[in-house]
Amino acid sequence: MKARSKRLMLVGGGVALLAAAVALVLSAFQQNLVFFHTPTEVMEGKAPTGKTFRIGGLVEDGSIQREADGLTVRFAITDTAKVIPVSYRGTLPDLFKEGKGAVVQGTLGPDGQFRATEVLAKHDENYMPPEAAHALEQAHKAGMTVSQ
Amino acid sequence: MQWESWSQFWHMGGAAVFVWGSYAVTFGLVVLELVLVAQRRKETLKRLLRWRRALGKDGSGRQSAPLESEQ
Amino acid sequence: MNSSQRGFRIFRFAAPQVFYPLAGRLAPWFAAAAVALTLVGLWLGFVVAPTDATQGEVYRVIFIHVPAAWMSMFIYLVMAFWSAVGLVMNTRLSFVMSQALAPTGAIFCFVALWTGALWGKPTWGAYWVWDARLTSQLLLLFLYFGFIALTRAIEDPRRADRAGAIIALVGAVNVPIIYFSVKWWNTLHQGASVSLTKAPSMATTMLAGMLVMAFAAWAYTLAVTLWRVRPMILERERHTEWVGEVLEREGGRK
Repeated sequence: MKARSKRLMLVGGGVALLAAAVALVLSAFQQNLVFFHTPTEVMEGKAPTGKTFRIGGLVEDGSIQREADGLTVRFAITDTAKVIPVSYRGTLPDLFKEGKGAVVQGTLGPDGQFRATEVLAKHDENYMPPEAAHALEQAHKAGMTVSQ
Repeated sequence: MQWESWSQFWHMGGAAVFVWGSYAVTFGLVVLELVLVAQRRKETLKRLLRWRRALGKDGSGRQSAPLESEQ
Repeated sequence: MNSSQRGFRIFRFAAPQVFYPLAGRLAPWFAAAAVALTLVGLWLGFVVAPTDATQGEVYRVIFIHVPAAWMSMFIYLVMAFWSAVGLVMNTRLSFVMSQALAPTGAIFCFVALWTGALWGKPTWGAYWVWDARLTSQLLLLFLYFGFIALTRAIEDPRRADRAGAIIALVGAVNVPIIYFSVKWWNTLHQGASVSLTKAPSMATTMLAGMLVMAFAAWAYTLAVTLWRVRPMILERERHTEWVGEVLEREGGRK
């Protein structure tokens, strides 16, 4: 009897886990298959209005401004085609930098300003020592001056 | 060599909790798995030997003596 | 009687009484290889590999995270393969192989999620997000748990084998979803640093450490699976003469 109830629990647990798995697929994937929208999609009205969503892109160079209160930050997020201004109050992840990837969650105001409640840094799949990164940056700058 | 001292190594540039937390849990689970596998082997040998003895020493019969709860 | 039945087996190594001692002889070698590769991998990862320009030292989680994630996906595919072989060829040892692999796959899957959470907090700014990559990897963990629970809960081995095989085969669909999720959808998780289609985007020493750790995970998986499958074979084959001999020989000594 004890072994049978144990088996029953295992079967029940197995079924429950599978049900949870399916539910996860249906709910999470439907909403969040796309974790974020690009600024272009937002401008085209493809992002959900009136509710929380995420925008992903690069933090535009030179756009980060800190308010006098020391907590509120303003910056712009871009996919190099469109730019969306963002305001956020809170702590930023260490990897949040101008020119780097970020995903912001919040709502889009009628003024076109995105009020973020959460900011995540999105880093790329490149791993290299600081010297290599420095050299790459120098080469990039040199390339830009040459092309100018 | 990336590190000037052991303390610097353990500090992991301020990410000690995250780096060592990853490695500790991983190697802890590996050790746990090995212990469980060894235990299961011992337990199975003991149980099957008892089962075989209960059948009569040669154990050739196909009549099913009840096997204690399988695990 | 028994030996004439076994005469029908195509692959001699698949005969349990041949495979059982073979597994016992091979496992220690794989275990030794796992230890050696782990030591080399850790040395490469912590001593030779430089700091990462963007992330600093925390990126060193990668030497566990990526091999564990690869292994969790690969083991599930191997389980699905053995399940398919078992269903088609009706070879019972195949099912036992897939069941012996499952706990190790589940552990690697958990390790991938755990190390990912610890890596995500200091880099992304969150332990967990519901993006396609993370969600599908969590689903893989549930599939492992479901497979293990189901195969252990059903008493009749034949039915347990079949039920497990069905989960393994159905769930295998999820593996390519995990792998390609970062390409198919916008995810917070970054793309693959190493793939068959492009040059790796990692410094050579970092890459070397990661690959050596991946080989260590392979060797470990082989060792622990062979160790786990041995008593499972004895259990299944307990009616046979050769298991009786093994039991008298190995069960007697402490």
